[in-house]
Amino acid sequence: MREEIIVSGRNNHLIDPHLHIWHWQIPLYLFLGGLAAGILFFAAFFTLMGKENKYRAAVKIAPHIVPWVLVVGLLALLVDLKHQLYFWRLYTTIRLESPMSWGAWVLMLVTPLSFIWSAIHIKEVFPNWDWKFKILKDLEAFLSKQKMAIAWIMAVSSVILGVYTGILFSAFNARPLWNTSILGPLFLASGLSAGAAVIMLMSRKHKERKMFSKIDIGIIVVELFLIIHMFMGFLASTQVQIDAAELFLGGPWTAPFWIFVVILGMIVPIILEVLELKKFNIPVVIPAGLVLFGSLMLRFVIAYAGQESRWLY
Amino acid sequence: MRYAMAVDTKKCVGCSDCVVACQTENGVPIGYCRDWVVEVTDGTYPQLEIEIRSERCNHCDNSPCVRCCPTGASHYSDGGIVLVTHNKCIGCGACITSCPYDARYPHPEGYVDKCTFCIHRVKKGLEPACVAACPTKCMYFGDLDDPKSPVSEILKVRKHKTLIPEAGTDPQLYFLI
Repeated sequence: MREEIIVSGRNNHLIDPHLHIWHWQIPLYLFLGGLAAGILFFAAFFTLMGKENKYRAAVKIAPHIVPWVLVVGLLALLVDLKHQLYFWRLYTTIRLESPMSWGAWVLMLVTPLSFIWSAIHIKEVFPNWDWKFKILKDLEAFLSKQKMAIAWIMAVSSVILGVYTGILFSAFNARPLWNTSILGPLFLASGLSAGAAVIMLMSRKHKERKMFSKIDIGIIVVELFLIIHMFMGFLASTQVQIDAAELFLGGPWTAPFWIFVVILGMIVPIILEVLELKKFNIPVVIPAGLVLFGSLMLRFVIAYAGQESRWLY
Repeated sequence: MRYAMAVDTKKCVGCSDCVVACQTENGVPIGYCRDWVVEVTDGTYPQLEIEIRSERCNHCDNSPCVRCCPTGASHYSDGGIVLVTHNKCIGCGACITSCPYDARYPHPEGYVDKCTFCIHRVKKGLEPACVAACPTKCMYFGDLDDPKSPVSEILKVRKHKTLIPEAGTDPQLYFLI
């Protein structure tokens, strides 16, 4: 029987007694990145399907918040860096093995795309918008003509962004809770669900809301399916991953995970959305707000609990 | 060339001289350390067994910290020593998170810091500070590709293990058991 392990001479700040190097900035950024990816994906998808006018909020209204969502996310990321003045070093190299390098470069692509998308649809929100300078007018006219090409790039890059928010965690084999490739699709699904929720909130057309309500129900079902599989994978794996799953199955993170993420963030909204489709009158802000809350909590719980999971030593 | 270190768990008494030697040699900020001592007690009284290990960065052959670094600040140097280039490090913490041994820490100046196998001493033909300071001479350092180096000689004759080999990092810090 192992009696005791004593580590002497070590009490490194943010490392001991257990890792807590990443704080609120990272989960907030991952939530905002996922949300941006979700909105951009729907905008690109319905443009490519030729349904821009049928789903106007998705294509022409909701994407206007994306540039600001991304800017706030990037600021959170910058605040998190401990050697901030050197952040530009991210862009002096491309490291294919590093998920964070992928993320930095994908954001370098998606952020300008989101500004362009917002610019070519600005007159939908401000009908009297005037670009003032001829060069800007010409640029807008040129970009508007390339809308289909932009939509294709946006569809692909938003999926990469959405998956990356999960891969960032899952690439760390040192933290067994994160070391599951399910996190990629799970975070993508969560981002799409959050995107659908924002579109529901911003849409004024009942038909469009109903459509996104249906899409959201489908995505939440997929999320629940992925979560079940995540636990099946953990419990059938090595001791460290069994211990990681225990954090949510009786351990200290059980209540936050099941109450905030699963019940309030997924099961309650899905019930409300189904009731809404059955003609009950439910204010859209309740299911949509809960989906956004659940999506944010998923990032927080996974980020914090993951840092507590570790190898046997 | 492949630098490695071996620590004799039968000779180590856990005095922490290696920790202090490292802090002094490398100017490690107060409250931080690049190496540390772990004591594991197995069994129940009176049948007790104790293992004492002086631990540090494992300078892994398959380092997750080098793999996940987005800027290339974490890199393999001469002889497989894993180093951090300070003015390339953005302090994102990915490498700290990726290390199953928790061997890295954020330096108060912002970059990430860790054991360097005292590469500045090794280049001059000296031993790392921890090895040189050890009063029981329980540590061995050298080039694994050189069969006559102290670390090669001792690994030839003694049973040894590495820490968490199942993490797939291929660590180069050996413990004689």
